Amino acid sequence: MTRNTWYSFLGVFLVLFAWVVVTYGNIIDPLFLPSPGDVLRAASQEIKEGILFSDIGVSFYRILMGFLISTALALPIGVMMGTSKAWMSFWEPLVGLVRYMPAVAFVPLSILWFGTTDGQKFFILFLGVFFQEVIMIADNCKTVNRSLVEVGMTLGFSRLEIVREIILKAAMPGIMDTFRTTWGWAWTYLVVAELVAASEGLGFRIMQAQRYLETDRIILGILVIGILGLVTDLLFKRLYTRLFPWKESERIKG
Amino acid sequence: MKEVRLAAEKVSKRFVSNKQEITALADVSLTIGKQEFVSLLGPSGCGKSTFLRLVAGLDDYQEGQLVLDGKPITHAGRDRGVVFQQYSLVPWFHAWENVAFALKKDPTISKAEKKELAFHFLKLVGLEGFENHYPSQMSGGMQQRVAIARALVYKPSLLLMDEPFGALDAQTRREMQDLLLTVWEAEKCSVLFVTHDVDEAVYLSDRVYVMSARPGRIAREIEVSLERPRTYDMQLTQEFISYKWEIVMELQGAKAGK
Repeated sequence: MTRNTWYSFLGVFLVLFAWVVVTYGNIIDPLFLPSPGDVLRAASQEIKEGILFSDIGVSFYRILMGFLISTALALPIGVMMGTSKAWMSFWEPLVGLVRYMPAVAFVPLSILWFGTTDGQKFFILFLGVFFQEVIMIADNCKTVNRSLVEVGMTLGFSRLEIVREIILKAAMPGIMDTFRTTWGWAWTYLVVAELVAASEGLGFRIMQAQRYLETDRIILGILVIGILGLVTDLLFKRLYTRLFPWKESERIKG
Repeated sequence: MKEVRLAAEKVSKRFVSNKQEITALADVSLTIGKQEFVSLLGPSGCGKSTFLRLVAGLDDYQEGQLVLDGKPITHAGRDRGVVFQQYSLVPWFHAWENVAFALKKDPTISKAEKKELAFHFLKLVGLEGFENHYPSQMSGGMQQRVAIARALVYKPSLLLMDEPFGALDAQTRREMQDLLLTVWEAEKCSVLFVTHDVDEAVYLSDRVYVMSARPGRIAREIEVSLERPRTYDMQLTQEFISYKWEIVMELQGAKAGK
């Protein structure tokens, strides 16, 4: 465990070290890649201007809302798709079609429909997240061990009880993994939505910095998104072991 | 003859595989009496597990009739308890919760009583002290004990066991056979036990139905009148061996296409 923690730090350290070498060693023009010091200065500048934390707040609010709206719909629909052939037949062509439409291509339309409001961001996030999530959740349910379902039948459970008491609970760890994955994708769609139609937010700040070739601010924005993603990912992992202690003992044995 | 619990009359089951119709079971007729222990024995692929699934109400059949306690079997229900080969325990429940889970549908018992019953049945199968273990923290034999407790706790009139000890090592298997006999004598239910192990069938059963394959049909019915309670050393007696001999010859004859 401690050894692996070491490796984690080593990986990060090596990349930082390479960054320091190529920037302070004047190997790369600072216009293309600013040094860590420049990025830190940009950070303190943005904090002084009072925009860094408000950008984080705004972007986090948008992604959270977009994700929650998508998930609130994807969870029941996905579970029903994974447990009922009729529902699957109804939704599969629809979802399959939209899933392959790039959410990015909807940006112009979304502005036309929603203006530059937060609603437009939620819409793009919904397109990017919901249609992937619903298919993955349906799969999580479909791959539940058939014999557990049969146990429910022999114990006299109704169809609804089997879905609620057995399939949903058995699929939950997989569904949590789906959330973790799609939450990561949601960041991409957020930045896409903010790049063109926003007046604040991390994506907007990156776009604005691009206009003035402020590469230090671009790198800062990207790093902040990366760190936020990493932190939420760790939270998801923590939540997973907290919610599914029985998975832990399964892993140790396997 | 004891009072009949289960009666199968000319049950046939066909299914389509690769656009070909396959007859899995042909005219299977058998009976199981009250408190009787009956084994269904045959080579793999003979349809014995298929038959058990029909009795459990997990699959449907095309011809014939299955009657349990005077009523035709139409779907799965709590008058039958099922023990599967792969234990099929609920992984997020502790051992006692797995057993209590089987009582979920019973509104007449309070929560506290359900827990008490679960603990009682775990003790019956020799798992005292393991009530709060997850299935993944237990060996295969222990998991199957939990599954047996789960199938018995709601007092079904017929216990169905589908090669329950097939995945266990020889030593554990022997222990489980004796455990099953003890539990069965305490609970007084009828048992349909599916196996391909001749020794196991003779050792446990009052009667053994020998099946032949493709299509699956009953080739022979053998009454085992070894006295009870049975002990392991009986397996070395002349009587036991002659039962075994009879069955083995039947199986070989069936294989040769007699």
